[in-house]
Amino acid sequence: MQSHSTRDLIVGLFVLVGLGTIAYLSLQVGGLEFGGGKRILLHATFDDIGGLSVRAPVRVAGVKIGQVSAIVLDEDLRARVFLEVESGVELSIDSSAAIRTAGLLGDQFIAVELGAEDAVLLDGEEFTFTESAFSIDKLIGRFIHDAGVSD
Amino acid sequence: MTGAIRELGAQSILRVQALGRIANFGGSLVGCMFRPPTRFGFFIRALYDTGVLSVALIGLSGFTVGMVLGLQLYTTLARFGAEQGLGAVVGLSLIRELGPVLTGLLVTGRAGSAITAEIGAMKATEQLDGLRMMAINPIHFVAMPRALALALAMPLLNGIFITLSFAGAYAVGVTLQGLDGGVYISGLESAIRFSEDVGQSLIKSAVFGGLLGLIATYKGHACVPDAAGVARATTSTVVTASICILLSDYMITALWGV
Repeated sequence: MQSHSTRDLIVGLFVLVGLGTIAYLSLQVGGLEFGGGKRILLHATFDDIGGLSVRAPVRVAGVKIGQVSAIVLDEDLRARVFLEVESGVELSIDSSAAIRTAGLLGDQFIAVELGAEDAVLLDGEEFTFTESAFSIDKLIGRFIHDAGVSD
Repeated sequence: MTGAIRELGAQSILRVQALGRIANFGGSLVGCMFRPPTRFGFFIRALYDTGVLSVALIGLSGFTVGMVLGLQLYTTLARFGAEQGLGAVVGLSLIRELGPVLTGLLVTGRAGSAITAEIGAMKATEQLDGLRMMAINPIHFVAMPRALALALAMPLLNGIFITLSFAGAYAVGVTLQGLDGGVYISGLESAIRFSEDVGQSLIKSAVFGGLLGLIATYKGHACVPDAAGVARATTSTVVTASICILLSDYMITALWGV
């Protein structure tokens, strides 16, 4: 019986360790989340989102407060980006959402710049002011075009 | 002329009969899972034999595979100045493909073959007939706990394999080659999504575990009851299960839509 209980303990430990690694892969690495009570969903419309992708971070003053949950094309053929933001963060209603790039060629994220109003954005509301992705390709294209014209 | 066609027909019938027998066996295996008694003690013992005793092999293999991937991919990526992508490449390749497939193949060799040999030896020494004489269904008593243990142990071992291989790649890429640890971890975490990558990994390993459980117990039950028969059945388990794992891996990947 003694050897049996030791074996049961080891098997139990094995199952716990296995489940622990699966939980780590799912929650920490895979970004799985349960319960939506502590997050609010905002949306913002952009002319051009560049290389923005789902799960890109949303930052205020460089600090991550949420992530992009979905990107769809709306009826005016503009990109509507849904943002999951921690509900504790109070963003004033005249805040603006801009698509920025980390470094020169890094991943894109949404930078929220706070406004001055006292009222705050609530669940389901939209950012009034947005700034589209800054594209190096376009910039270089314009530069070459302008250089050609001035000659 | 008719002889060749007759031969083809006979061969086809044999193949289909073999498929039918294994499907029949699988059906009664699943049926036994829902019929009392639960055989929980046997299940725990089988889980110990297949799962716990495989942890050392799986852990060591995972860590070394991670180390090799870290070394190979780091030097390759560094040629393009893209070392920062190490976490993403290591994470995606391990979670989606290497983790489940290598775990499946290793467990096939380590535990699946042992189960076939054990059941085969029981059949050769007429222990299964003895059970039948005592009105105990040998599939319920012998095969079911072992197949269930394989099916459960596979995803758990897969998780251990992948986590340790991340550690192995970290050890080489960050500690040895000097990549920044934060870059590696954040690359890993931002590249991998639960619904596409981790879910696919879990489903693959569960399918491989179920397939291996079915094949290993069936080959043991169906073996020719002598020493050579047990040896052939054990070899056949390793070959058949490996092929099934590799083929079903392709099919799951294709059906998932990549």
